Amino acid sequence: MADKTELQYTAEHEWVLVDGDTATVGITAYAADKLGDVVFVELPEVGSALAAGTVVGEIESTKSVGELFAPIDGTVAEINDAVVDSPELVNSDPLGEGWLIKITFETLPALLSYAEYTAITGE
Amino acid sequence: MSQPFTQRHIGTDADAQSRMLAVLGQDSVESLVNAAVPASIQVEQFRTRGDSTLPPAATEREAIQELRGLADKNTVKRSMIGLGYYDTITPAVIKRNVLENPSWYTAYTPYQPEISQGRLEAIINFQTMVADLTGMATANGSMLDESTAVVEGMLLARRASKSPSNRFIVDADALPQTHALLGNRAHALGIELTVLPLDENTTAEDLGDYFGIFVQYPGASGRVWNPAGVIALAHENKALAIVAADLLALALIVSPGELGADVAVGTSQRFGVPMGFGGPHAGYLAVRKGLERQMPGRLVGVSVDAAGHPAYRLSLQVREQHIRRDKATSNICTAQVLLAVMAGMYAVYHGPDGLKKIAGAVAWHADRLAGYLEDLDIELVHADFFDTLQARVPGRAQAVVDNARDLGVNLWLVDQDTVGVSVDETTTHTDIHRVAQAFGGPESRNFAFVANSNSRLRDDLARTSDYLTHAVFNTHRSETSMMRYLKRLADYDYALDRGMIPLGSCTMKLNAATEMEAVTWPEFGGLHPFAPRADVEGYLELIRQLETWLTDVTGYDTVSLQPNAGSQGELAGLLAIRGFHLANGDVDRTVCLIPSSAHGTNAASAVLAGMRVVVVACDELGNVDLDDLNAKIALHAETLAALMITYPSTHGVYEHEVGTICAAVHAAGGQVYVDGANLNALLGFARFGDFGGDVSHLNLHKTFCIPHGGGGPGVGPVAAKAHLAPFLPGHPLAQDDEHYLLGSTGTETVVHGGGPVSAAPYGSPSILPISWAYVRMMGADGLKQATGAAVLAANYVAKQLSGHYPVLYAGDNGLVAHECILDLRPLTAATGVTVDDVAKRLVDYGFHAPTMSFPVAGTLMVEPTESEDLGEIDRFIEAMIGIKAEADAVAAGTWPADDNPLRNAPHTAQSVIEGEWTHPYDRETAVYPVRTLIRNKYWAPVRRIDNAYGDRNLVCACPPPEAFE
Repeated sequence: MADKTELQYTAEHEWVLVDGDTATVGITAYAADKLGDVVFVELPEVGSALAAGTVVGEIESTKSVGELFAPIDGTVAEINDAVVDSPELVNSDPLGEGWLIKITFETLPALLSYAEYTAITGE
Repeated sequence: MSQPFTQRHIGTDADAQSRMLAVLGQDSVESLVNAAVPASIQVEQFRTRGDSTLPPAATEREAIQELRGLADKNTVKRSMIGLGYYDTITPAVIKRNVLENPSWYTAYTPYQPEISQGRLEAIINFQTMVADLTGMATANGSMLDESTAVVEGMLLARRASKSPSNRFIVDADALPQTHALLGNRAHALGIELTVLPLDENTTAEDLGDYFGIFVQYPGASGRVWNPAGVIALAHENKALAIVAADLLALALIVSPGELGADVAVGTSQRFGVPMGFGGPHAGYLAVRKGLERQMPGRLVGVSVDAAGHPAYRLSLQVREQHIRRDKATSNICTAQVLLAVMAGMYAVYHGPDGLKKIAGAVAWHADRLAGYLEDLDIELVHADFFDTLQARVPGRAQAVVDNARDLGVNLWLVDQDTVGVSVDETTTHTDIHRVAQAFGGPESRNFAFVANSNSRLRDDLARTSDYLTHAVFNTHRSETSMMRYLKRLADYDYALDRGMIPLGSCTMKLNAATEMEAVTWPEFGGLHPFAPRADVEGYLELIRQLETWLTDVTGYDTVSLQPNAGSQGELAGLLAIRGFHLANGDVDRTVCLIPSSAHGTNAASAVLAGMRVVVVACDELGNVDLDDLNAKIALHAETLAALMITYPSTHGVYEHEVGTICAAVHAAGGQVYVDGANLNALLGFARFGDFGGDVSHLNLHKTFCIPHGGGGPGVGPVAAKAHLAPFLPGHPLAQDDEHYLLGSTGTETVVHGGGPVSAAPYGSPSILPISWAYVRMMGADGLKQATGAAVLAANYVAKQLSGHYPVLYAGDNGLVAHECILDLRPLTAATGVTVDDVAKRLVDYGFHAPTMSFPVAGTLMVEPTESEDLGEIDRFIEAMIGIKAEADAVAAGTWPADDNPLRNAPHTAQSVIEGEWTHPYDRETAVYPVRTLIRNKYWAPVRRIDNAYGDRNLVCACPPPEAFE
């Protein structure tokens, strides 16, 4: 599980872990808690091109359907098949085993720091 | 002298009402409602008292006699018209024990699964039957009709297809009503339709680029062909293939699933549901594996309860429009549960062998008829068919159809040279002979004994795969067994025949027996929707009267009864607004303003009408924020199409500023859509059309007593001012497209010229006698008294519970409308007891829960309706106070937060009898929290159901019997 203070964030309640030209993306613990029991995760296909800010997948809980936004421009390098098979991983370990997609990118846009993100959620 | 019907319909008598008024400190019901409803919108401001055009109230006996007179004006001939509607034999055991049984027809949509296991099982039988026959992976719990199911299939294809094309290809041999519906709905969404003749020689070049293709199988002309090649071409083009298939034909021919279809749609009407001049019937939609989560409508799945036993529930509810709002891809809510139950039970009763025999007899009769016609040297248009054949009689078609009518048979005039004939379950050899006679055959015939049954079906399309192998379809062959199965399922459920269903915004009022009487009369059940006008005069008169009455009570000018549900009424109304703007050249007026407190279906309907949703903020009372409204109007002044507003508001409050709101929208060139969901709080006191509405839908299944049927049928008429009349839904096959314009002498009429939103011209006519009888027996005064009693009951509940739960919203003078919202959030914060806990604990007390978390999360919305008597209302209040005391005991630490009567509710008999009792409260507290329950107890058959488990492990067909051991 990643250290939440070292991750970067979006206002759409996603976290981004950058390693070289690859970014791992998931939803925050705050978002997972608000969604409640996650029952289904739909992720983009490996190799598909993503444009920052567009909807690229869905996270469905017993309460609502949340959308997964691409945080950056890039290409899907890998998706987390484990979370597709066991969506509850999003609840049990949102910053670790509950990661969703890995994106290869060229330029990283400005993202939020942990402090900036928690200012949004108020937690 | 019989008691006036109003006194049967309204639960509280004068004595009870005076006691309730005393609690509220009000002098009379009239003064209470006058204190709650803003004076500026009251009907007296707009029309003279006594101006109603409704006839004075009839007694129950008089209403039945009038209905009998209308029925006698209908003529039921043998219908061999086909086109998706076939005569059928409703097994009497199903008619008496389902269709005529309040345990089935008065139930609500099964959102509370613990008290709905009976109809959930019945719906899963339907789903299993459809999935088996169509060869698809998963079927939903019904659609509104076949043609709307095709539209939903098209929308599904657009969402799921990876093709960038905007084009949808339609089989030229589709049903005429399906062509019309597709055209209307695709136009609103900018989807390009191409109609093409499809056959086994169709090539990729013929088709071009497209995201989906629709095939009718067998075709509207009766043609049976193999669409596997066309389906394969679609898949090469990344398009989805939607196949409308006849369920009875699928007993004999290869299923759409085996042919590679992605989506199968159709109707289950001919499985024991009378034609009813067009409806209601259960349409179906089924998908291949991988598309389950793209399906519209409701879907029953299997999960587990707190004891680990299998239990049914609605799956994937979050995909429905009420949560997805403007991101929803369908606006379907209510479906056709009662009819789906009937069709599923038809399959349970007949089983696979019985169905095969029925289908075989149909094919055999069609083959016999073909033989007789061939003997007359009459050419058949297609050589391969199941039940429908087209005969070529150059220049003679009208004469043949006329001859047949003289012999008591309705055939279908395809064109001047072609006649269509459809055979069904009820067809006899005599019928076949008469048809042949109409074509010029002999007047009498010695029927030859034919040893081997035969058909005109191709051998290479003969079905070899099994279906309906589950035990439920192979057990109940005797009527005794069937009767007991239906009784057992009914006993699992909580419907209005057990007690109050205080669901806010659902108006679960009485569905009186007299209102239901005519539904099963053959003069109303046996008519084909495209029967000649001369056969349906009684229906047309009833429809005209009901249209006029609904127009009168809503302050509009004209009404269309075509929409089959509230959602479809919304769509029809918004399409009328769209048509109006387009006709005025205002092509850019596409913005639909919707308050944040609106029901999610509003937004979904707007999107499907080709509009863009802009949300208007609401204040802390749930009223439209006037500053935000004016800002949004200013921002979108050039593009404003409409405002959708619910009145009284979804929070159950009579908003004071509604007149101002409507005027502001009109000033900017927009139209006002008033959602009629809460009309039960207004009828007789104020009218939408008076205070600014241009168009509304009404829910006849709420305000006008059509029973909810466990989740349908519904009827959602759309009422409008005269300027929108030309854009209300019409139908290419309507017997009469002229409708009354009220406010005139009664002879002025207007043509509803918009595209259709339902497969049948008048939607679901066979249940219209219910609302007709209600209005006829209540009269204008009775309807007003009902509203008063409903508002009184809601305010009484609010007052009596206000010392125990905060009542969230109130309007003028601290009064609510016909429902009240109890805020459980402080209780949850203090005790950990949730809305779910309270709702499920109410089951132990013998109640259906109120509406949960709508319109505000963490609350319960209570609507007692006018039909409950004071004793039942007080019993509910007693239960809610008892539950509050139990929650207080949890807060005080008497019971732990995770082990108390609320958290463990509902308690089954097994849970208090079996094994050692380890809970910190006693068994009597668990199941008899009040003593009256000892003699009158509803036992939930399952414990609390795990929602997440069922959505993660999607199983939507009957589980094997061993699962319940």
